[in-house]
Amino acid sequence: MISVTGARKSYGNFAALDDVTLDIPAGTLTALLGPSGSGKSTLLRSIAGLERLDAGSIVIGGQDVTQVAPQKRGIGFVFQHYAAFKHMTVRDNVGFGLSIRKRPKAEIARKVDDLLEIVGLDGFQHRYPAQLSGGQRQRMALARALAVDPEVLLLDEPFGALDAKVRADLRQWLRRLHDEVHVTTVLVTHDQEEALDVADRIAVLNKGRIEQVGDPVALYDRPANDFVMSFLGSVARLGGQLVRPHDIALHRSRERAQSLDARVGGSPGVIEAVVERVVRLGFEVRVDLRADSGERFAAQVTRAEADALDLRVGETVYARATQGPDVTETEPALAI
Amino acid sequence: MTATTATARRDDTMVSSLPPRPTPQRQFSARPLGVGLVGLWLSVIVLLPLAALTVTSFGDGVSGFWDAVTAPVALASLAVTVGLAAVVALLNAAMGTLIAWVLVRDDFPGKRVVNALIDLPFALPTIVASIVLLSLYGPNSPVHVHLNATRPGLVVALAFVTLPFVVRSVQPVLIEVDREVEEASASLGASNWTTFRRVVLPTLAPAIISGTGLAFARAIGEYGSVVLIGGNIPRRTQVASQYIQQQIEIDRPVNAAAVSVALLVIAFLTLFVLRVAAGRSRRREEESS
Repeated sequence: MISVTGARKSYGNFAALDDVTLDIPAGTLTALLGPSGSGKSTLLRSIAGLERLDAGSIVIGGQDVTQVAPQKRGIGFVFQHYAAFKHMTVRDNVGFGLSIRKRPKAEIARKVDDLLEIVGLDGFQHRYPAQLSGGQRQRMALARALAVDPEVLLLDEPFGALDAKVRADLRQWLRRLHDEVHVTTVLVTHDQEEALDVADRIAVLNKGRIEQVGDPVALYDRPANDFVMSFLGSVARLGGQLVRPHDIALHRSRERAQSLDARVGGSPGVIEAVVERVVRLGFEVRVDLRADSGERFAAQVTRAEADALDLRVGETVYARATQGPDVTETEPALAI
Repeated sequence: MTATTATARRDDTMVSSLPPRPTPQRQFSARPLGVGLVGLWLSVIVLLPLAALTVTSFGDGVSGFWDAVTAPVALASLAVTVGLAAVVALLNAAMGTLIAWVLVRDDFPGKRVVNALIDLPFALPTIVASIVLLSLYGPNSPVHVHLNATRPGLVVALAFVTLPFVVRSVQPVLIEVDREVEEASASLGASNWTTFRRVVLPTLAPAIISGTGLAFARAIGEYGSVVLIGGNIPRRTQVASQYIQQQIEIDRPVNAAAVSVALLVIAFLTLFVLRVAAGRSRRREEESS
């Protein structure tokens, strides 16, 4: 369990953390999600003790560590750019924390071998970091952080420097690892997909403040404000209101759209729009539209719906929201 | 000497990192001309004089060479030279690293001035250094520290002229050191000293070794800065370069050449050890992104 209370940190005039209070339950994998400059990395580094707070306190496992040096906080930290000890072998890298704790050589060797097996680097003991790929280096860094049995594991954009395929693989792998090891984990990311994919809980940060904390489904379905809504998942602006593209129904006839919309009766009502582009993305079809107000938005429909509508560029359709802050359909509406 | 090592190193990396390229069949390039010009230049400037020196040193045969080098005063001057150079090199290794550290990691008023001052010994004629030191620590010392004609005086003079070597070789490496690596070490429980010793120092080691080696080589051949403050007392403060000068003046060119060759061998050995050390650390670390 990590408790951050009233944390403040400024760099000159820039407030990186502006009165942040956050509880991270033991054993969870929590993502700190936000755009760059939102303070998510500062918060993580403050928990690690790599930054000193201007005000506020940090409690890890019931112990106030606000004034405790990073060496004595019982943390494991993983950096975006691996921070590998280049002059040491993989074995010495992973065993570094244990050798500092003056553990017997045999114990270190055994623990390092176990960890390397867990992270899938068994047989790489005598390699140097330069001889590993980016993904392997990050797994080595993770093993190194786990070797000291940390109370909490802190990951600062751990997959940010890797290419898309490796990144997706590694986060699946991290999720499975967390399910095995169960160490309280905090992950900083600016990638909403990554946060939704691996985290039990997500804290969305913006401008040094926490906008919302909750499980991924709650944040996606019941965002506290427009920022959270637009940062998690894609959004379309329909008649001045933020709507998920897959929550827009398209109709050929204005009457049909209006009668269905009247049954639900929320804003923004029925919007007349012209089809600008139809993009088929596998199962889904994205329809780029321009409303008569000149506003552009995109709707996401299934292939079957698109086929039934038989949309052509330049044709007029009628759009309405099926889900939104003040629109919720209880039964799925016939789209056409 | 700096240039020689640098070029040689770069060649090594190129050869090892580039895949072998097929040689074009017809080649009217400037290659033969270039190779010839470089060969001629190196011959005239470096090889011929060295060969001539070596021939002169053996003018009285092998036994003559051996006698010249092992003459008590000659041997003493070589011992003083190498001993002082070693002391100065080690002093530089420690102080140069510390200065580089302070210049890179700490902020203080006048940092730019201090940084510029480091190069002064390179720019200043060394005899000027000698005069400065003589007026400060000489017989009429205003601070009542008398180092004239003492070994500590020589150490101070040599330390002055070799100051930039370690600082300037460590500085760029230290700037490039990834701070996150030190943070990682701290997060794993290492104290600042442990982090320095086990994480930072190994990264700096090649630069420290090469800077120290260059300082050592420079100290061996130094003449200008020691000529006034050294006192030129045989067996005490007479360094090899002064002995050589003295032998020329009393018309013993074979003796002078023989001691010169001895200095040459020491310089070559230093270079060789440096290259082996640099090659070893490079093989270990390679290039990583």
